[in-house]
Amino acid sequence: MFKTIEDHAADTVGITVEGVPHRVPANISVAAAALLCGLGSVRETPVTGVGRLPYCMMGVCFDCLMKINGQPNQRACQVMVAADMTVERQLGAAEFEEF
Amino acid sequence: MRSDAIVIGAGIHGCSVALHLARSGIEPVVFERSHPGRHASGVNAGGVRRLGRHFSEVPLSIAAMKQWWNIRDLVDDDCGFESSGQVKVAESEEEFDLLKSRVKKLEMDGYEHEEIITRSELKDRIPAISDHCRGAIVCQGDGHAKPFRTVYAFYAASKRAGARFFRDQAVDSIKRAGQTWKVTTRDFTCEAPVLINCAGAWGNQIAALLDEQVPLEPTALMLMISERLPHFCTPVVGATQRTLSFKQFSNGTVLIGGGLQGYVDMSRQQGHVDIDELAINTRTARDIFPLMEKARIIRCWAGIEGVTPDQIPVISPSSTYSDAYHVFGFSGHGFQLGPITGSIISDLVNHQSTELPIEDFSIERFVLAEHR
Amino acid sequence: MIDDSYELLIIGAGPAGMAAACEAASHGVRVAVLDNQTSPGGQIYRNVDRATDSRNRILGKDYVKGRLLVDRFKQCGGSYFSEATVWFLDEKRRVGVLIDDKSYFVSADKLVLATGAQERPMPIKGWQLPGVMTAGAGQILLKSAGMVPEGRLVLAGTGPLILLLAYQYLQAGVKFDALIDTTPQGAMLRSLGKLFEALPAVDYLLKGLKMMLAVRQAGIPVYHGVEGLGAVGEEKLEAVRFDAGKAGLKKVTDCELQADTLLLHQGVIPNFRLPLAAGCEIEWDAQQQNWIVVTDEWGRSSDADIYVVGDGSRISGAEASALQGRLAGMHISFQLGKINAGKLEALSGPVVKSYKRHLSIRPFLDSCYTPSPRYLVPDDATLVCRCEEISAGEIRQAVRLGCTGPNQVKSFTRCGMGPCQGSQCSSTVSLIISEQLGKPMTEVGCIRVRPPLSPITLGQLSEV
Repeated sequence: MFKTIEDHAADTVGITVEGVPHRVPANISVAAAALLCGLGSVRETPVTGVGRLPYCMMGVCFDCLMKINGQPNQRACQVMVAADMTVERQLGAAEFEEF
Repeated sequence: MRSDAIVIGAGIHGCSVALHLARSGIEPVVFERSHPGRHASGVNAGGVRRLGRHFSEVPLSIAAMKQWWNIRDLVDDDCGFESSGQVKVAESEEEFDLLKSRVKKLEMDGYEHEEIITRSELKDRIPAISDHCRGAIVCQGDGHAKPFRTVYAFYAASKRAGARFFRDQAVDSIKRAGQTWKVTTRDFTCEAPVLINCAGAWGNQIAALLDEQVPLEPTALMLMISERLPHFCTPVVGATQRTLSFKQFSNGTVLIGGGLQGYVDMSRQQGHVDIDELAINTRTARDIFPLMEKARIIRCWAGIEGVTPDQIPVISPSSTYSDAYHVFGFSGHGFQLGPITGSIISDLVNHQSTELPIEDFSIERFVLAEHR
Repeated sequence: MIDDSYELLIIGAGPAGMAAACEAASHGVRVAVLDNQTSPGGQIYRNVDRATDSRNRILGKDYVKGRLLVDRFKQCGGSYFSEATVWFLDEKRRVGVLIDDKSYFVSADKLVLATGAQERPMPIKGWQLPGVMTAGAGQILLKSAGMVPEGRLVLAGTGPLILLLAYQYLQAGVKFDALIDTTPQGAMLRSLGKLFEALPAVDYLLKGLKMMLAVRQAGIPVYHGVEGLGAVGEEKLEAVRFDAGKAGLKKVTDCELQADTLLLHQGVIPNFRLPLAAGCEIEWDAQQQNWIVVTDEWGRSSDADIYVVGDGSRISGAEASALQGRLAGMHISFQLGKINAGKLEALSGPVVKSYKRHLSIRPFLDSCYTPSPRYLVPDDATLVCRCEEISAGEIRQAVRLGCTGPNQVKSFTRCGMGPCQGSQCSSTVSLIISEQLGKPMTEVGCIRVRPPLSPITLGQLSEV
């Protein structure tokens, strides 16, 4: 869906998206990384279960909610990628280990 | 204009009174200063409980519960009512003793709706509850409803039954001429033989127009709601000595409240959240449901409610005038009583009596001696 | 770490916030700035201090010049907190902020709210489908990550940003499949009357013309006056369709364009949730079709200790916002006794003049790009609330049942109760009610803002 127009080879981090390892440019948001990795949707809504992708990219729409490092419902456009980060799609309501 | 009765206030009680009156053939006019369910009626926690009621309220609450179980028959809408049960947990042995003696007293009075359950029975019902909870009272058949939807259901039903509603009509004056009440609002003057004050947190202001002084405190009762979470709790959960009302709706969101107060801005008719007080509430919720630690709160608000010194309502004929009645001051737990107050007032208006014991709710307990 | 109190607390490090901070700090005011991004600049100068040369070439010199302000801001002596999420603000000017997942309360003698703009929701059929984003989102990806769409791309909507993005994509070598202009037929002609007023800001006009020419020269199909725009697809965007429009002089009807990405835009509106939470007075601007925060010439709101500047109070653009920020910074310095009245007058004179020049383009732009009512008030089947998935039809049904305001509709339908707290549906809900009941927007009002302004965990709330 999206591609980068720059050569980031020198400055990348390794993250795991939906269980698959990816190298993505450092200093980009998780939402940007999810688009770069070609995810068809970053979450399924808790209301009807339909898929969504990031929409506003500036923190207001809450459509990019993802599970980041195990924490549910994180606004992926507001979190920067970091080495060894795990990123998963948010499927419905937030779920915690305790549940 | 003229009508059979004038109801002031379109909260749950005003709408219920209008409904029961209209169904008995007395078609009222309802004046509302804002819109139906604007304050406590529309934004409360929606608890429908007999559990933990003041002993004076128990007979009314039991009668109201019977209406809730058949709420669709009354208003042609289920009001989002779910009979999920209510639970009041004891966080210590001392609190457990308090609960046990409460249930014993109820049993002595012939009431059996509240039952004691042990720690393990509690854990069986709600595995997510903290281990420190010693036991609880459970009340089967209690539950919760959607407050705004409920008010609108009563509002719509009473309109169908012949009540007429006028919004944005704060009452300016009330006059008595012979057997007739004359109420003036921004746009209207209405005459009727009967007057019912259901003005909620403003109930004392209306009472004052009838020369009755009631020490009613307007408060802003705070609530907060979480993001959607997986289902983990069916009944509504309350605490014994701490303030808590905790419920998970079928859509997964969790509502936390119980009666902690924010700020009231009576001039603008707004309630505001006091974040420090709210934090007390979240700590209680977290203590009793440790898994809530990481759940996100997405909205907090405060609804304006009138609280009386003894924290039970005024449901009473006027002490100064005939053909006037008061229904206000529910002090944060009037929602469940909504259906029954309408029946009571309808009985009082039509038959000058009611089968339910309402002596303890008389306005005379507040009214100063010289006004009697 | 962050202190308990400051003389001046500024929320937002875009042009207005940065300029206010620079100005006030230069007069000795103890300033702190909270911003939710990783580096200063706001949306307009997002990431400008880290952008690569190639990115700067694409984004152009209006973007690159933000670097000057950002550099000055970094050296201004104020305390700057990045990735800070303001989750609480009340009428007592108490600010709750999350930094590194921990909550702090900060108070200040004076508050500047410079929260900028957000894109105006464009609720067309299918706007919730994966593959549909805002043009602003496309530009943020370009600025912050050097990313551009791949595959078939359609840009649609109205307003200066969509044209700018089209131009920037062309500079980046991105070919797109169509530019769909939803500006109502005749709006351009009607706004010509305002052109004379706009002459002091002729540079804005020339830039716009240059961009339009570039799109034409690239041979991109451009459709004007497009009506009945919608996104089509099962699980993701498959095509963009519209009922009617014009390609040059040729009328086009029932057009369907295959697309992988659709970027929508119909102008920007003030992100005024913070001013609303602080109890600042707002009013409806019929020309801009959005709520604005009422301020005086210094940016002071109905609360004399709260200044609301930049696009967060009224859409005025980056340059005017920075100047308004400076004026607020000066006035606050005066109010705090750092400069006297004479100095305030001497300092502000030239800034006011320049501010007015930059504002002169607005009546033309506002008139030219007033969004079509058809795209503000959607038909029944269109989703209005993306969070709770509430359609326009459900809102109209609630109104028929007796709801007369947006907060009643919210209580009734859950519209606006999701995590975005109405940022994507509030104005649409009010406009629907206004149309249905024939009531002016000032009477209809808007969805109330409730704390927290951004979700906060129960644990974090327990620790305040």
